Amino acid sequence: MENTLSSPANTVVYNDTVVRQFALTTVLWGVVGMLVGVIIAAQLAFPEFLGGIPWLSYGRLRPLHTNAVIFAFGGSGLFATAYHVVQRTCQVPLFAPKLASFTFWGWQAVIIGAVISLPLGYTRSKEYAELEWPITLLITVVWVAFATVFFGTLAKRKVKHIYVANWFFGGYILAIALLHIVNGMSMPAGWMKSYSVYAGVQDAMVQWWYGHNAVGFLLTAGFLGMMYYYIPKQAGRPVYSYRLSIVHFWALIFVYMWAGPHHLHYTALPDWVQSVGMVFSLILLAPSWGGMLNGIMTLSGAWHKLREDPILRFLIVSLSFYGMSTFEGPMMSIKTVNALSHYTDWGIGHVHSGALGWVGLITMGSMYHLIPRMYGRKQMFSVKAIEVHFWVATLGIVLYIASMWIAGVMQGMMWRAVNPDGTLVYTFVEGVKATYPYYIVRLIGGLLYLGGMCIMAWNVWMTVAKGRAVKAPVPQLVQA
Amino acid sequence: MDILFLLIPLSVVLALFILLALWYAVYSGQFEDVEYEAERILDED
Repeated sequence: MENTLSSPANTVVYNDTVVRQFALTTVLWGVVGMLVGVIIAAQLAFPEFLGGIPWLSYGRLRPLHTNAVIFAFGGSGLFATAYHVVQRTCQVPLFAPKLASFTFWGWQAVIIGAVISLPLGYTRSKEYAELEWPITLLITVVWVAFATVFFGTLAKRKVKHIYVANWFFGGYILAIALLHIVNGMSMPAGWMKSYSVYAGVQDAMVQWWYGHNAVGFLLTAGFLGMMYYYIPKQAGRPVYSYRLSIVHFWALIFVYMWAGPHHLHYTALPDWVQSVGMVFSLILLAPSWGGMLNGIMTLSGAWHKLREDPILRFLIVSLSFYGMSTFEGPMMSIKTVNALSHYTDWGIGHVHSGALGWVGLITMGSMYHLIPRMYGRKQMFSVKAIEVHFWVATLGIVLYIASMWIAGVMQGMMWRAVNPDGTLVYTFVEGVKATYPYYIVRLIGGLLYLGGMCIMAWNVWMTVAKGRAVKAPVPQLVQA
Repeated sequence: MDILFLLIPLSVVLALFILLALWYAVYSGQFEDVEYEAERILDED
C-alpha cells in the first residue's frame, strides 16, 4: 500500500461535469451556427433561397448566425476551457459547483431565447447585442454567476502563482460585464420591446465601444487564455517566453478600450474621436504580434511536431490567422484605407479571417485536446478525421477570405469611380452583379468549413460513446 | 458628444483599476521565478 494515495472516500475530485457539458455544446452550437451562416451566404448569392419565408429571411437569420457562432459556439468554448484551466492551474475544484451548473443551464436558456426571438423579428437593432431586454437581463445574471465561480475558484487556489491564462480569462469576464451593462441600458416598452437610453451618434459611439471591445475581450483575450494553456499542454513544452506572455496581457488590456471609433470613420462622430480610435488600433499591432510570435515560437526546436500532430496544427495555424487579422485590422482602421474598405465585403472577409481562422481553429484544437481527456481516453476516436477536418477547414477559410478580399476591393473601387463630369461610373446594382461569382466562392468556402465541423461532431460523438466520464482527482499538492 | 463624459472617465477608472491589479501582482510576488511557473502546468495532471 502506498501511503501517498488517499482513500477513495475522501479524495477530492475536479468538477468536470460542467466542463463536459460546455465542451459538447461548443460542438453542437458550432454546427448550428455555421449552418445558419451557410444559409445566409446562399441567400446573398440566391436571394430567393428559402422562398421568402419571413422568419427565415436574411435580416432575421444574420443576427442568429452571429449570436450562435460568437456566444453559443465561442461562448460555450470559453466557459468549458475557463472552468477547466482555472481548476487545473489552481489545483482546486470549482467554487460553488451549483452556481457553475446554473451558468450552463442559464446560458443554454439565453441561446434558446435567441433561437426563438431573432427569427420572430425581436431585436434591439444593436450589432452583437440584438437580444431584447429580458434575455439581456438573463445574460447579466448568468455572467455574474460565471464571475463568482471563476474568481471564487481563483481565491481558494492552492497554488500561489496565478497562471497567465487565468489573467486573460479574468480580464475577459470583467470587461464583458462592464461592456454588456453600459451598452445594454434600455427603457422597456413592453415585454419584447425596448429603446436604447442613448440617442443618435451617442448611441453609435456606445454601440461600437461595446462592439469592438467584444472583439477585443471576448474574441481575443478569452481565446488567448485558451492559447496560453492548450498550446503548451499539447506541445508538451512551456510557452516560449513566460515573461512576454505577461507583457502581452497587460499591454493588450491597457490599450484595447479605445479602438471602437474606427467603426465610425467619416460619420457624425467628431473627427478627433475617429483619429483616437485609429491611433489606438495601430498601437494594438504591437501586443498582438508579440503574443502571436510567443505562441508560435513555443514550437521552436520542435517544429517536427507540427508534421505529426494535427491538433497542434489547428492551434498553431489559428495563431497565424490571429497574426494576419491583427495586422489587417490596424491597416483597415487607417482612415484613408477605411475610405476604400468600409461597407464593402472586405470587412466581412476580415471578420472571418479572425472568426474562422483564429477563434474557430483555436477552439477546435482546444476541444480536440480536452474532450478525450474528459472521457478517460488518450486521444480522439479518429486522429485521421482530425487531419481531414484541418485541411477541409483551412481550404474553406482560404476560399472565404480570398473571395471577400477581391469582392471588397472591387466594390470599393467601383463605388468611388467617377466620370470626368463628376457623375458615378457605376450604379450600385452593377457592383452587386459583379460580386455574384465571389458570393458563390464564399458559399463553397463556408460549406467546406461547416463540413469540417460536421466531421468533428461525428468524431466527438464516437469518442464520447466509447469513453466514460472520469472523476479526475485533485493532486495532493507539495508546495514549492 | 455628451457620451464621452461617461465613456472617457469610465476608461480612466478602468485603467486605474488595471494599474491596481498590476501593482498587486508585482508586489505580491506573482512574477517571481516565472520560468518555473511556465513549466509547472505541464506536469499537474
